[in-house]
Amino acid sequence: MDNNSPYFHPQYETLSREEIQKLQLERLQATVKHCMNSPFYKQRFEEIGLKPEDIKSLDDIRKIPFTTKQDLRDTYPFGMASAPLRDCVRLHSSSGTTGNPTVILHTKKDLDEWANQVARNLWMVGLRPDDVFQNSSGYGMFTGGLGFQYGAEKLGMLTIPAAAGNSLRQIKFIKDFGTTAIHAVPSYVTRLYEVMQQEGVDPRKDTKLKVLAIGAEPHSEEQRKRIEDMMGVKAYNSFGMSEMCGPGVGFECPEQNGMHFWEDYYIVEIVDPETLEPVKEGEIGELVLTTLCREAMPLLRYRTRDLTRVLGHTCPCGRNHVRLDRMRGRSDDMMVLRGVNIFPIQIEKILMQFKELANNYLITLTTDEDNDNMTVEVELEELFTDDFPRLLALEKEIKRRLKDEILLTPHVKLVPKGSLPVSEGKAVRVVDKRKVYQ
Amino acid sequence: MTIKQLSIFIENKGGTLIKVLDLLSKAGIQIIASTVADTKDYGIYRVLTNNSAQAYLTLKEEGINVQLSDVFALCIDDQPGRAAEAIKEISDANVSILYLYSFLWQGKGVLVFRADQSEKAKEAIMLNKLSFLTEEDFK
Repeated sequence: MDNNSPYFHPQYETLSREEIQKLQLERLQATVKHCMNSPFYKQRFEEIGLKPEDIKSLDDIRKIPFTTKQDLRDTYPFGMASAPLRDCVRLHSSSGTTGNPTVILHTKKDLDEWANQVARNLWMVGLRPDDVFQNSSGYGMFTGGLGFQYGAEKLGMLTIPAAAGNSLRQIKFIKDFGTTAIHAVPSYVTRLYEVMQQEGVDPRKDTKLKVLAIGAEPHSEEQRKRIEDMMGVKAYNSFGMSEMCGPGVGFECPEQNGMHFWEDYYIVEIVDPETLEPVKEGEIGELVLTTLCREAMPLLRYRTRDLTRVLGHTCPCGRNHVRLDRMRGRSDDMMVLRGVNIFPIQIEKILMQFKELANNYLITLTTDEDNDNMTVEVELEELFTDDFPRLLALEKEIKRRLKDEILLTPHVKLVPKGSLPVSEGKAVRVVDKRKVYQ
Repeated sequence: MTIKQLSIFIENKGGTLIKVLDLLSKAGIQIIASTVADTKDYGIYRVLTNNSAQAYLTLKEEGINVQLSDVFALCIDDQPGRAAEAIKEISDANVSILYLYSFLWQGKGVLVFRADQSEKAKEAIMLNKLSFLTEEDFK
């Protein structure tokens, strides 16, 4: 490997658009054929009379039905697998707070390809085997842990599985081990900086940091810039999702003008979440991904529910892999707050346990400095007291039970009955006013 | 000995108070005294009227969060020191006052309050022969 080359996989990273599309068609055809080993896809293709041979061009992908998270839940745990379990070496699972969890399986080759993508990303932003990589992301089922671990090792860096939390120890590692790159969720980088300040550590003078990889929670361009100013290094946006593998799917190059999604590994579609038709180039729509290199659990036209848009297909960095904008929101009602996935139904479930409360509620998300905050407004069914202390005690109890469920403490606001907007049909439960989505 | 006071839960937002006042006005209810206590997010509007039962039904029908609370209304001379004397008797009986407001009525001072222990407050008023008003006085 030539340390001076800007590319980790020059043969793939610098493909022309025509070459990318040719490779994609070959890989799509092979993937569809392989999917026929999965009971789920076999049945789905038979139902609509589609055969793998019918996929003759990239446009033919539109003949294939979408795959959804619900499909993953319905086939829990192994109904979606296209490889026998004995060939699988890793399983990642989501928490499943709103139904069956989802399971993603990996073969040895899948893990290797996943590591390749992560290594490619880290190389792209200037990291080399001499670098020291500290992964301050959660491990366990959260793919940001093992995903970056394997990728950083693949590149050849000294890799520290620091995991999240214990900021003092993190800072000690950064200083003692000469850490040059950190991966963490953006809010944790902010936290690290606060602790550095308390400890009198100046990241510019007292550390060898040069690169930050941030992802897994929505953040605005403004937040990124603030993080870069604090730490005095570049922060690159990372996109991943466990259904595809984990981190690695998309990453910013040094141009920081959108994330390159690796089209030798995925087919990227942006569709209108209502009509499911492709949007016009550059318009915001739902990201749909098809895996091209996976053995254990290839997914065809997976609806990510993330909203984004295509920024372009060429880049001064020499890579022609599609550039996508940072995620603009969700097409379902899932909220991502400080790295935690929350569905309104979880909040509703708790509120409905209080007989003092009416059925109508509204969740508002706001950004205060760099922190995302949630306010839950809920209507009072009966005024059961005219004592403020008792009303405040009720608020406190609602907060406590919500925290047990969603792991963070929202601001709870009691409102008079009838004061929240009642919409025709489906009630509006979530208003997202965070900067990141503006 | 106590009076039924309306306690109305309102949001700290423009237009919420006028909605309540409008409803009371249309029902021909007369307000004798009122006060708003507020927190950052919401307030409780406490109102004495000449017909609390009718006022309560009117607001309830409109879906307003309203409650009837029993409060005391001590009637005192409009002179310096009278409020201190009256409240001292309540305090000496080890009764805590949750909230209090006052107004002038027919040349007299009226102290409206809610007690944490209603029975003990009643006892203190009886034993000390304090003068008090009931809803009948406002009819």
